[in-house]
Amino acid sequence: MWDYTEKVKEHFLNPRNVGVIDAPDGIGEEGSMACGDALTLMFKLDEEGRMADVKFQTFGCASAIASASILTEMIKGMTIEEAEKITNQDIVNELGGLPEQKMHCSVMGQEALEAAIRNYRTGETTKAPERTGRVVCNCFGVTEPEIERVVRENDLTTVEEVTNYSKAGGGCGSCHDDIQEIIDRVQAEMMKATEAPGEKRMTNIEKIKLIEETIEREIRPALRQDGGDIELIDVADNKVIVSLRGSCAHCPMASFTMKSVVQDRLRQFVSEDLIVEEA
Amino acid sequence: MKNVYLDNNATTQVAPEVIEAMMPFFSEYWGNPSSMHTFGGQVKRYVDEARASVAGLIGAQPEEIYFTSCGSESDNMAIRGVVEAVGGRPHIVTSCVEHPAVLSVCRYFKNAGCEVTELPVDARGRLDLELLEESINRDTALVTIMWANNETGTIFPIPEMAPLVKAAGKVMHTDAVQIVGKLPVNVQEVPVDMLSLSGHKLHGPKGIGAIYIRKGTKLNPLIIGGHQERGKRAGTENVPYIVGLGRACELAREYMEDEQTRVARLRDKLEARILATCPDTRVNGDPDNRLPNTTNISFEFIEGEAILLLLDQVGIAASSGSACTSGSLEPSHVIRAMGVPFTAAHGSTRFSLSRYNTEEDIDWVIEHMPRVVDRLRQMSPFVKK
Repeated sequence: MWDYTEKVKEHFLNPRNVGVIDAPDGIGEEGSMACGDALTLMFKLDEEGRMADVKFQTFGCASAIASASILTEMIKGMTIEEAEKITNQDIVNELGGLPEQKMHCSVMGQEALEAAIRNYRTGETTKAPERTGRVVCNCFGVTEPEIERVVRENDLTTVEEVTNYSKAGGGCGSCHDDIQEIIDRVQAEMMKATEAPGEKRMTNIEKIKLIEETIEREIRPALRQDGGDIELIDVADNKVIVSLRGSCAHCPMASFTMKSVVQDRLRQFVSEDLIVEEA
Repeated sequence: MKNVYLDNNATTQVAPEVIEAMMPFFSEYWGNPSSMHTFGGQVKRYVDEARASVAGLIGAQPEEIYFTSCGSESDNMAIRGVVEAVGGRPHIVTSCVEHPAVLSVCRYFKNAGCEVTELPVDARGRLDLELLEESINRDTALVTIMWANNETGTIFPIPEMAPLVKAAGKVMHTDAVQIVGKLPVNVQEVPVDMLSLSGHKLHGPKGIGAIYIRKGTKLNPLIIGGHQERGKRAGTENVPYIVGLGRACELAREYMEDEQTRVARLRDKLEARILATCPDTRVNGDPDNRLPNTTNISFEFIEGEAILLLLDQVGIAASSGSACTSGSLEPSHVIRAMGVPFTAAHGSTRFSLSRYNTEEDIDWVIEHMPRVVDRLRQMSPFVKK
């Protein structure tokens, strides 16, 4: 049995905004019956250009239904520009997490939303050109750009993870080597991108951005596992001021966490000379 | 909360009589049946009795029954044991709808260089006897084909296949885990050389299985390091579970009639009502040759995991061949092998009954099933308006 969060179960049992809209401004379809899940998402804008109505229909499991349902709630009231910033990780976070093998349900939500926005802007119902390309996984029809994207946006390192997020490689398995090559290439590109600022002097803005990213990616998930959290307060020269939240705030191990988790990670990923202090 | 358990092909409730029979072997008679002293040695009698009970259920001699830890071990032992005894890289014949405990072992040997024939099935899940006959060649060491399929309940004609295999001079194994205890099985009438069975599929405990090996069949042991089970399966006997399996087999004989009449009638009623009240449904498998307790129904346009979770909300336990329930991304290999269209494969749902199900259980499902299906179809983009 899957270990679904209460939020996933609640949205599965009481899905919001199921249905269709007459003459929607944008409509997007993702997945297919053959693939085992499919989602149709549509929206109508009000005179200010905000999503006044959002509706979905889905063929899929509990996590597919919950992902679509919560996505409709998230984007209601948003402008197109705000909505298109939503990532699959945002959907996962809103749901309080998804089982690893179900991550593709959140990706399907994000992709259907993008398709709907593209349909609104261009009138097209076909796959966006930036997503078309060489088909790597024939079983599930997943293209190279689509795999590159899930690797980049979710920092994936194994074929198994790529399968969980995109379904690619989940059928006959003959594309596993191909997927591994794509992972290696994208990871190398990402490594280069993060290393580059370290070689030359970072501007303060760049440094703050990189610290934020590192906290988000490398530190926060570990603290959250123990019910804690961390907030970045300020960056002054090589001093990083942070505040521990949640259960970390009054944890007897807090100073240890500060030194050996927060400071070490920031030194590893941002700059060797950083000193972390508590606000 | 109502609890209607219709997932008996996955596992069954341990019969209270079985638990009762097992208990003394945890508390009082915990000795080792191989011991020379009375305290241990007296236990051997109960192991022998259990062996006779298992043999009695399938028409075997007690000395042809070997206890294992589960059905999967029995399957592994049969296939590996014969392939290793023959040596080299022999040919194996199996079907494409086997349980993974058979299919994965065959594919393991395929990767090791053996030729493996996986016989196809037709749309009803039936095997072609002629294809079986043609597939056997000079290098064939073993034919391993299940007696009844766990997902659809389809029964293969083992009584007709085994003589064909024997006539060709080959060894025949059958995974009979699903059929033993539900329908009569007799190895005196059906010339299989090896047969796997499992305790927890027939109201015995988990963690105990057995394999029937006809006298004269050559196979290497899977687990070595002891004289137990006449050298074919080392390891101190799991006495309480062996006793439990023995008692479960005795009970299975008593309840066989009930299984074929009352349980079959409940299954038929469930199936007929679901087909009548839920449009766009179909039965998977062969309704004419089927276990009396199983029905596998596909609900078009909706997905199996969602069906199961909504059934779970009203206390109904069933299972599905949907991709999402297994953690894999593709629907069940059994459903796909029958060529069931994708539209129906993802929504396939199995109900498997047992002697403990009642008329009220079935009425409860009949009452709730249309609501579950309607609710999901209202969400589905594939439902034609």
